[in-house]
Amino acid sequence: MTEQTRNESANGEANGRPLLEIRDLKKYFRVGRADLKAVDGITLEIKEGETFGLVGESGCGKSTTGRVLVRLYQPSGGEVLFGGKNIHEAKGSEGKDLNRKMQMVFQDPQASLNPRMVVGDIVAEGIDIHNLASSNSERLDRVHELLETVGLSKEHANRYPHEFSGGQRQRIGVARALAVDPDFIVADEPVSALDVSIQAQVINLMKKLQRERDLTYLFISHDLSVVKYISDRVGVMYLGVMVEMAPSDELYSNPLHPYTQALLSAVPVPDPDVELERERMVLEGDVPSPVNPPSGCRFRTRCPYATEACGHDEPVWREVSPEHWVAACHCIS
Amino acid sequence: MAAVNGEAILSVDDLRVSFATYAGEVQAVRGATFDLRRGETLAIVGESGSGKSVAARSIMGLNPVSNTIVRGGEIVFEGEDLLKLSEKRMLDIRGPKIAMVFQDPMTSLDPTMRVGRQIMESLKQHLGMSGSKAAERAVELLELVGIPNAEERLKQYPHQFSGGMRQRVVIAIALACDPQILIADEPTTALDVTIQAQILELLRELQERLGMSVILITHDLGVVASTAHRIAVMYGGRIIETGTVREIFYDPQMPYTWGLLASIPLPTADRSQDLIPIPGTPPDATNPPKGCPFTDRCPYAMRICEDEMPGYTTFSDEHRAACWLHHQLAPNVEPPARIGGAK
Repeated sequence: MTEQTRNESANGEANGRPLLEIRDLKKYFRVGRADLKAVDGITLEIKEGETFGLVGESGCGKSTTGRVLVRLYQPSGGEVLFGGKNIHEAKGSEGKDLNRKMQMVFQDPQASLNPRMVVGDIVAEGIDIHNLASSNSERLDRVHELLETVGLSKEHANRYPHEFSGGQRQRIGVARALAVDPDFIVADEPVSALDVSIQAQVINLMKKLQRERDLTYLFISHDLSVVKYISDRVGVMYLGVMVEMAPSDELYSNPLHPYTQALLSAVPVPDPDVELERERMVLEGDVPSPVNPPSGCRFRTRCPYATEACGHDEPVWREVSPEHWVAACHCIS
Repeated sequence: MAAVNGEAILSVDDLRVSFATYAGEVQAVRGATFDLRRGETLAIVGESGSGKSVAARSIMGLNPVSNTIVRGGEIVFEGEDLLKLSEKRMLDIRGPKIAMVFQDPMTSLDPTMRVGRQIMESLKQHLGMSGSKAAERAVELLELVGIPNAEERLKQYPHQFSGGMRQRVVIAIALACDPQILIADEPTTALDVTIQAQILELLRELQERLGMSVILITHDLGVVASTAHRIAVMYGGRIIETGTVREIFYDPQMPYTWGLLASIPLPTADRSQDLIPIPGTPPDATNPPKGCPFTDRCPYAMRICEDEMPGYTTFSDEHRAACWLHHQLAPNVEPPARIGGAK
C-alpha cells in the first residue's frame, strides 16, 4: 500500500483495489429431489476499505452470499478470490488464517452469543483459537480494550449475555468480530433486531470502527434507508441474482431496474408531506420459489413492464454508466 | 386524510397495568390517556418495552389472567368500562366490535385448521350463521382483502400461504363480524417492504371503505407518516406526546420525540454525517423512575425531571406533550433536527 492509498482508506474511502473478487458464485441447497437455487451466479468485487451494501427481500440469497464469503458454506459453483487466492480451496493453516481475516456479525445478538459463557470468554474465543495473546494478562488486556472500543466497560467481561440489552449484545458481537483483527466483516442484518434509537448507536459505532481500522464491510440488510446511509456501493438482489449495482447515491437517485424502483418506492418515508405526494409503485404478488425460478428474467412475474419476450430473453448484466451495473432487459435502454 | 375531529368511540383514561413476575412487579403501562375517534387511524408509537402492546391488549382484555394486575384507570367503550366487564360480556365485544390483527401471521393462525374454518369460526359463533352462509361470507372476505381464487384458498392450510397472504387472512378474520374498531399490533413488522406496502395500502383502503376506527401500533415512524391521522408517542409506560401527524413530525415538543425522529436514517440523509442516536437504554419497568421516564437519556434533563413527572402542556386542540422544558422557568431549548421542510 502506498502512503497515499493508506491515507485514503483511513478516511473510510475505498481505494479502488479489490479485496474480494466474486465470480459467478452459486450456492444450491438440496431440497428433496430438487435444488433450491439460493444464489445463482453473482459476480462482483468488494474493494478495500469500502462498505458494500446488499439489499433484497427475504429469500433473495443475500444472507447465503454473506455466508459463502466467510467460508461458512462451500459454493456450488464459481469462485471467491481473497487477495488473488480462492478462499474455498484454502486448507490447514492457510484456511485458518482466512478465518481470522474474515469475520461475521449476526442478526440476532441473543442467538449468536453462547448464554453459558461470560462475555470476556466470548470475545476472547478468537484470540485463543488463533493464539493472538502470549499470556493471560495480555489476553485480558485485549478483551478489556475491545470492550471499551465498542462502548462497553471492563467490568462487563465477567457478565453473561442475558445481563445485557439488545444493543449492548450487538456491541459484544462486534467486539468478538474485531478481536482477531480482521480485514473484512460480513454484517448480516446487524441492526434489524434493534429499536431505532439503538440502531443509530450501532451504525455510528460500525462507521467509526471502519474509519479507525481500515475495515471492509459487506452490509446485508432489508432496510434500504439504513443500507444507503452506511454503504459506498449497493447491490440489489432478487431471487438469487443481482439485478442492479451502483454507488449508493447513484442507485437511490437513478434506479434503473424496475425491481429497484419498486423496492425504493415501497419504503415508507418518515415525512407525512413526502408520503402524501408520493406515487407509490406497489408490486403485485409474492416472490416466486427459488426451487423453480421463472425462466428468462426472474422478476417478470411481478414486473409491471413484463412482455412475452421476458420469458425467454435473459437480461444482460451490463455497465450502463461508470460503476452502475444493471441486469438489462428491454426496459433499460 | 381527514377525520380528526370525530367523536370519541373509545376513551382510555389513566390506564395502569402491571405484571407480577418473580423479579417483582413490572409496571408496563403507568398512566396512559388517549381516545380514539370514529373513522380515524390513531398510531401508538414506541420502542420495545414502552407499553404500547400491553395498552392495546388491555382494550381487548387479552393480557394473561394469571399475573396481570390492573392498577387503575378505565377504558370506556359504548358507555361501559371494558376493564370491569365479565369475561362472558367481553366475548360479545372481542371480535364482533373490537378486533385485532397481530404481528406474526404464522403464530396467530392455527396451523392445523383450514383457513376457511378459521374465518367461519367467528361468523358462526357471533353472528349465528349457518355453514353455507358463513362459507359464502368467507369467500367475500378473502376477496375483500385481495386474495385471488378465494374459493380454492379456503380449503388450504396456513402453511400454503406466503407471509403477506397469511397477514391478509388474519385481516379477513378480524373483519369477519364488521368490527367498529380494529387494533393492528405491528401488522407489517414481519413482512418484506414490498409486501408491507401492499398490506398498508390494503388497511388504508379498508378503513376508508368500511369506516372503521383503527389503532395502529408500531415502532416504525415511516409506516405512521403514510397511514395515521393522529399519533401518540409512548415511552416508559406513559404517553409522552400526542398530536396530529403533522404536529408530531414537524413540530415535536418533547426531547424523546426529537431523538426518535433524528435517529432514523432518511433516504435523503447525508452519509458523511453521523446519525444522532439516543444514548443509553429505556428505563427498567420493575423499578421505574419517579419523574419523567426519559430523564436518564435526555440531554436537556433538569433536576426536577428526576423528581416529578411533568404534566401535559397543550399546544393546540390536538397537540400536547409532557415535558418540564415547557415550564415557564425552564431554559429555552431548540430541537436538534427537524424532519421535512414545512411546519
